[in-house]
Amino acid sequence: MNIHEYQAKEIFARYGIPVPSGQVATSAAEAKTIASELGKPVVVKAQVHVGGRGKAGGIKFGTTPAEAEKAASQVLGMRIKGLTVEKVLVTTSIDVATESYLGLVVDRRAKRPVFMASPAGGVDIEEVARTTPEKIFKTHVDPCMGLLPYQSRFLASKLEEDPKLRGQIASIAHKLWQVFWEMDCSLAEINPLVKTKDGQIIALDAKINLDDNALDRHPGLAAMREGESENDRMAREMGLSYVKLDGSIGCCVNGAGLAMATMDLIKHYGSEPANFLDIGGSSSPEKVLTAMRIICSDPGVKAILFNIFGGITRCDDVATGIVAALKEIDVKVPIVIRLTGTNEEKAREILSKANLKTTTLMDEGVRQVLRMAQEGVS
Amino acid sequence: MSILVGEKTRVIVQGITGRDGSFHSKAMLDYGTKVVAGATPGKGGTECVGVPVFDSVHEARKATGANTSVAYVPAGFAADAVLEAFDAGIELVVCITEGIPTSEVIRIYGKMKALGVRMIGPNCPGVISPGKCKVGIMPGHIHSPGNIGVVSRSGTLTYEVVNQLTSAGLGQSTCIGIGGDPIIGTNFIDALTLFEADPETKAVVLIGEIGGTDEEEAAEFVKSEISKPVVGFIAGQTAPPGKRMGHAGAIVSGGTGTAREKIDAFKKAGIAVADIPSHISKLVGELIKAA
Repeated sequence: MNIHEYQAKEIFARYGIPVPSGQVATSAAEAKTIASELGKPVVVKAQVHVGGRGKAGGIKFGTTPAEAEKAASQVLGMRIKGLTVEKVLVTTSIDVATESYLGLVVDRRAKRPVFMASPAGGVDIEEVARTTPEKIFKTHVDPCMGLLPYQSRFLASKLEEDPKLRGQIASIAHKLWQVFWEMDCSLAEINPLVKTKDGQIIALDAKINLDDNALDRHPGLAAMREGESENDRMAREMGLSYVKLDGSIGCCVNGAGLAMATMDLIKHYGSEPANFLDIGGSSSPEKVLTAMRIICSDPGVKAILFNIFGGITRCDDVATGIVAALKEIDVKVPIVIRLTGTNEEKAREILSKANLKTTTLMDEGVRQVLRMAQEGVS
Repeated sequence: MSILVGEKTRVIVQGITGRDGSFHSKAMLDYGTKVVAGATPGKGGTECVGVPVFDSVHEARKATGANTSVAYVPAGFAADAVLEAFDAGIELVVCITEGIPTSEVIRIYGKMKALGVRMIGPNCPGVISPGKCKVGIMPGHIHSPGNIGVVSRSGTLTYEVVNQLTSAGLGQSTCIGIGGDPIIGTNFIDALTLFEADPETKAVVLIGEIGGTDEEEAAEFVKSEISKPVVGFIAGQTAPPGKRMGHAGAIVSGGTGTAREKIDAFKKAGIAVADIPSHISKLVGELIKAA
């Protein structure tokens, strides 16, 4: 789960990482009030879950509260990479002397967190890694020891000459590690970390991605979820993995790998998937019902393919769910059901009683659903 | 022979009394797996699917001499279950559970390396040596004994492939689901190392997916260390970047971990890459014949 900059900065502030003062606003009037309370020139920043806000015009300056109001009215409601800006962060404008980067991610190869620092701040760190990898300095953190003081000093030494400022950076690095580890982050990043013209070190931006698997033990963080679509919410609450795509073949599959392979096969045979949907293991009939509701709500769907290979998922549970769904939802597009594996005979019995035909081979299922999508018969 | 599990495997089921735990314990027993004990805190002294249940893995191991455990434990308790099994002296822990926080798995991984034991998973279907022993949730009947080693990050996609191998008359030595999480106990290289050393395995099928760089590292390893033919498949060619595709580990982030990169790495390493799953068994058949 990704959270907004203003939420990440709230967390930073709680841990003692210096951030510019500011508040979030949902209206231009509110932005004006915040700006006049701050009593200084401000920056109005769009709060959306995508990078490149500045280039898209989502970051504007205002020297007076009236200008801040105008800036907010321009940014609020703006579309950035398909997302509508519903909130802006209004913060004091900072006189920047230099910009650098400080960030933590899970290094999948090393199987532990890696702390990265770079004097090339303010730009996309992946771009830095591609073009000038020598400008990124790394140290891996032992999860049992935590970040050690010498590691913080090492990182700070790569960003700053002045011993006093190095101390400030090392302290921020230590706090960033605490945020990362205690909050179960998959990413915690300050880009840019800036030195102000009056010699202070401040986190000008803040980015935190949280480990979805750990949200249960951080109810406060789970409550920070924003900007979720209705279908995404329904899927999440039912324990389904759903990603909306742009094609015409709705997919309902058990298992992420098989779901991806199903999408790929749809493409291979000349069409495009409308979604990724993994109903997961131990699929109850309710999950299948919710999955059908979500898929059927997508007007782009021309036909639906069930691809079930039973393991921990029992085919009869899925069959019961399909039958229940067809009773509750007016499904207007053809459905192809491919199933095999645990309890498949029971499933076929349930489905044949409801006059639903099944197939056992994946390629056959995909070819059938593409044919039916073209013909539009159910 | 076979790898990881076989005739000598004696299994403790952690979480045997749960819905999935009891269902799959019975399926493992029906397959012929020596399930010798169950462990569920607070249920010691009872029986489940005909197997004695103990309060702890320590007690279960002491009473039965088990060497392997499989955990069907809810995510909030799974890390503890794995560490308990390590502490009780279990050499191989198969962790089926999905949804364990990554920070917990990082800790488990450190402990696993320090003790020199092995975890398979988490978030995996388990391991099966067909005709001998099944430790996990895969449907037993689709497998058949033979000479093909299968290793995969996916569950159901592996069943799909195994089913086709079996239909084509290509039996399997061992099939390992290594799990779909970003951090896992046993990776492709570990599995390849074991398959290379196993005289029964004549060829290996490697099923990867988007996210991370495990496949790229495996490709390098195949090129330099593996003499047996390898067939590869990568799922997720149509997955959009930045979106988690079900598995916590299946995400293209910062432009790395794409299916294209992995397929290219496989091809560069001389791995025969199948375009679609149903081509895998054909490629394996051809390579076996040529070898």
